[in-house]
Amino acid sequence: MIPPRPISEDDLHGFVDEVLDGARRSEVQAYLDTHPEVAAQVAAFQRQRDALRAAAAPIADEPIPPHLNLRHLMDARRRSGEWRSWRSMAAAVLLLVAGGIGGWSMRGQMSEVPENNGIAALAHEAAYTFSVFGTDRAHSVEFGAVDKAELVNWIASRIGRTVAVPDLTAAGYVFMGGRVVATPHGPAGLLMYSNDQGQRLAVLMRPMAMDMNTRMAAHSFGDLQGFTWASRGTGFSLVGVAPAELLHPIANAVRQQEKSVI
Amino acid sequence: MAEMAELIEPIIPALRRYARTFVRDAGAADDLVQDTLERAISRWHQRRVDGNPRTWLFTILHNLAVNHLRRARRRQELPLDDANESDIMVSSTQEDALRHADVLAAVAQLPDDQRSVLLLVSVEDVSYADAARILDIPIGTVMSRLARARARLLKLVEEQAKPVSDRPYLRRIQ
Repeated sequence: MIPPRPISEDDLHGFVDEVLDGARRSEVQAYLDTHPEVAAQVAAFQRQRDALRAAAAPIADEPIPPHLNLRHLMDARRRSGEWRSWRSMAAAVLLLVAGGIGGWSMRGQMSEVPENNGIAALAHEAAYTFSVFGTDRAHSVEFGAVDKAELVNWIASRIGRTVAVPDLTAAGYVFMGGRVVATPHGPAGLLMYSNDQGQRLAVLMRPMAMDMNTRMAAHSFGDLQGFTWASRGTGFSLVGVAPAELLHPIANAVRQQEKSVI
Repeated sequence: MAEMAELIEPIIPALRRYARTFVRDAGAADDLVQDTLERAISRWHQRRVDGNPRTWLFTILHNLAVNHLRRARRRQELPLDDANESDIMVSSTQEDALRHADVLAAVAQLPDDQRSVLLLVSVEDVSYADAARILDIPIGTVMSRLARARARLLKLVEEQAKPVSDRPYLRRIQ
């Protein structure tokens, strides 16, 4: 016959905390029945545990105060994240303009496009560019719509290919003008559009070293939505603060009209 | 994100209870819980997916609380024996409230490492193994601290129950 396992102090605490399995619990109970001094101490521990639980219980019954409301905290986190990504976008463009620095990296959330290179990089660049020039009320373009021919020549000479200025009036957006901007992948052409409420869209275009022919992908940076694709070695990204459902057909129109020239 | 809310929200009352019984100051305790929730939200993707979110949250909270007590004592803002009684007097009847305040006041006199084990195990129903994870100590240490905490708390409550004239004049220094 296997002798019973001796009762340990750990067993006594397990008994108090009600975590022993049934068999062990019975063995401890049998031991306590024949050892009144130990039983008295265990009973004292049990009373202590009950008193502690009773004293602490009302705290967990209090209504949760607003600053511990998880939904609020999650919302605050989301907002500060958006603000951070906007700030880092603007900071990156400033660094780029000031120092011509390569090899920097960017934090932010791309909803459907992986971050590293190719059209994902272009999507980021479009977002940064829009965060600077799309919000500049006075000098968002270097060449206005009236100087369209000059602008097209400038962009073509810097990015090394012919570009078209898509007509988006059917969607309610009028061409404002544009400029050449710097990206980590060289010069890019920026075209700006505005609707009658002053809401803006930007199209950024540049040659692609990879992802030379890529289907359109959606992405978002906080409130900023965009669509990015590449066709025959030229990448395009349309971005704006507008619902994706509204931007998608406009992106299709841009793609259609650019196809005619490249 | 919805999954995160579903897993975390039900644990918030227990986090508040642990924080308040461990540090005693209700305002500081809720601040610690807020810090815990903010960290949990920002590090949600870093947690072990197979791990227990309750254990993870208690680990974050406990570490914050220990740091808080260390800083507070350095600044002497938190006299051990004079914590605000109103913070814990929350029960329905006066007599209950007094008794509750007594036991929690006695718990407050336990050393931090004994108090944490006792509260996690006795009040929060954390298993011995999870308490070992939360406190980052071997399970044998959990058991020995639990034994010492219980024995010491019995003595402290006994001393409290004595008439004032019988109490030792000098407080034991821990």
